[in-house]
Amino acid sequence: MTTMTAVTIQVNGDEREVPAGLHVAALLEHLELHPRMVVVERNGDILRREALDATPVEPGDRFELVHFVGGG
Amino acid sequence: MATAMLDAQTLDEPLVIAGRPLRSRLLVGTGKYRSNDEMVQAIEASGAEVVTVAVRRVDLDRTREEGVLFHLDPERFLLLPNTAGCYTADDAVRYARLARAAGFTDWVKLEVIGDQETLLPDADATIRAARELVADGFKVLAYTNDDLITALGLEDAGCAAVMPLASPIGSGLGLVNPYNIRTIKARLQVPVIVDAGVGTASDAAVTMEQGVDGILMNTALAEAQEPVRMARAMALATEAGRLAFLAGRMPRRERAVPSSPRKGMLD
Repeated sequence: MTTMTAVTIQVNGDEREVPAGLHVAALLEHLELHPRMVVVERNGDILRREALDATPVEPGDRFELVHFVGGG
Repeated sequence: MATAMLDAQTLDEPLVIAGRPLRSRLLVGTGKYRSNDEMVQAIEASGAEVVTVAVRRVDLDRTREEGVLFHLDPERFLLLPNTAGCYTADDAVRYARLARAAGFTDWVKLEVIGDQETLLPDADATIRAARELVADGFKVLAYTNDDLITALGLEDAGCAAVMPLASPIGSGLGLVNPYNIRTIKARLQVPVIVDAGVGTASDAAVTMEQGVDGILMNTALAEAQEPVRMARAMALATEAGRLAFLAGRMPRRERAVPSSPRKGMLD
C-alpha cells in the first residue's frame, strides 16, 4: 500500500491506516462491522445512519465507533 | 373470584413509564454475566421488559459479535441505554445521544457518578444533565441518591421516572433506608424505581413493600450462584412485595392475640 492509496485516521483512540476514498459506510465494512450494530461519531458529531454512505473519510478524521454492551 | 387464578394482572395495574405500560415491575441489567446464554435465560426468567445496556467503544481486535444486540431481540425487550461510567453532565449527555442514535429508543437511564469508590451519584450534575436531555426530547429515568430534595429536583427537571438507590451499586446490602424511600415515593408524581443495592429476594420484597413502583437490578442476578433461579425468585419477590403493599399489612403489636376463639373450649 502506498501513501497515495491510504489515509491515516483515528478510530477509538488508535491511529489506523485505511484505503483512501472510502465513505463511512465502506469504512465500517472495511472494519467488518455491521452498520446497524454500531453508532458512529465523527470529529465529535454523531452521524445519522442515512448519512453513512454520503460522508467521506478524510485524513485525520477522529472516529468513535460504539455499540451496546452488557451493563446495569 | 372464587377459585379462579388470581394473577398480578387481576390484582395490580401495570407500571406505566412515559405513557408506556410495562409487563413487569422488575427491570434488569445485562452486565457481568458469566455467559451471554446465561444472561438471556436469566432475563427470560425475570419476566422483565425493560433491560438496561451500556454504551462502549467497539473492540476492533475482538470478535464482532460481542455486542448485546447479537443476543437480545430489541423487538421483545425495551433496551434502556445507560450513561454508566460518566462523571460529568456533558459526558452523560454525549453517551445518551450516541445511544439514541442507535435507533431503538429515546429512553435513557441517566447516571452521573460523583465518586469512584462508592459510585454514589453527583446530584447537581445529574439534574443538569436531566434538564438538557429532557429539552432534547429524551425520556429520562434518573439514577439518584435516596434524597428527597434531589428526587424533587429530578422530577422538576422533567424526568419520566426517578430511581433512588437501595444501597450502593453492586453492594447487595439491600434497602438501607426504607424511610427515605417512602418519603420520596410519597412526594413524587412520576414513578419511583429503586435502582441498585438489592441482594436477594427478601430485599426485593421489602423494597416493594415500601410502595415504590418498581425495582431495577443487575448484580443480584448476575452474581448469584444460579442467575436463572435467582431471576425467577426476584420476579416472585417483586410481585409478592407489591401485592403485600397493596393489600396493606396488619398492625405490628408486641403482644400475642389468639387466632382461634377463646370461647367454646371444653371444660
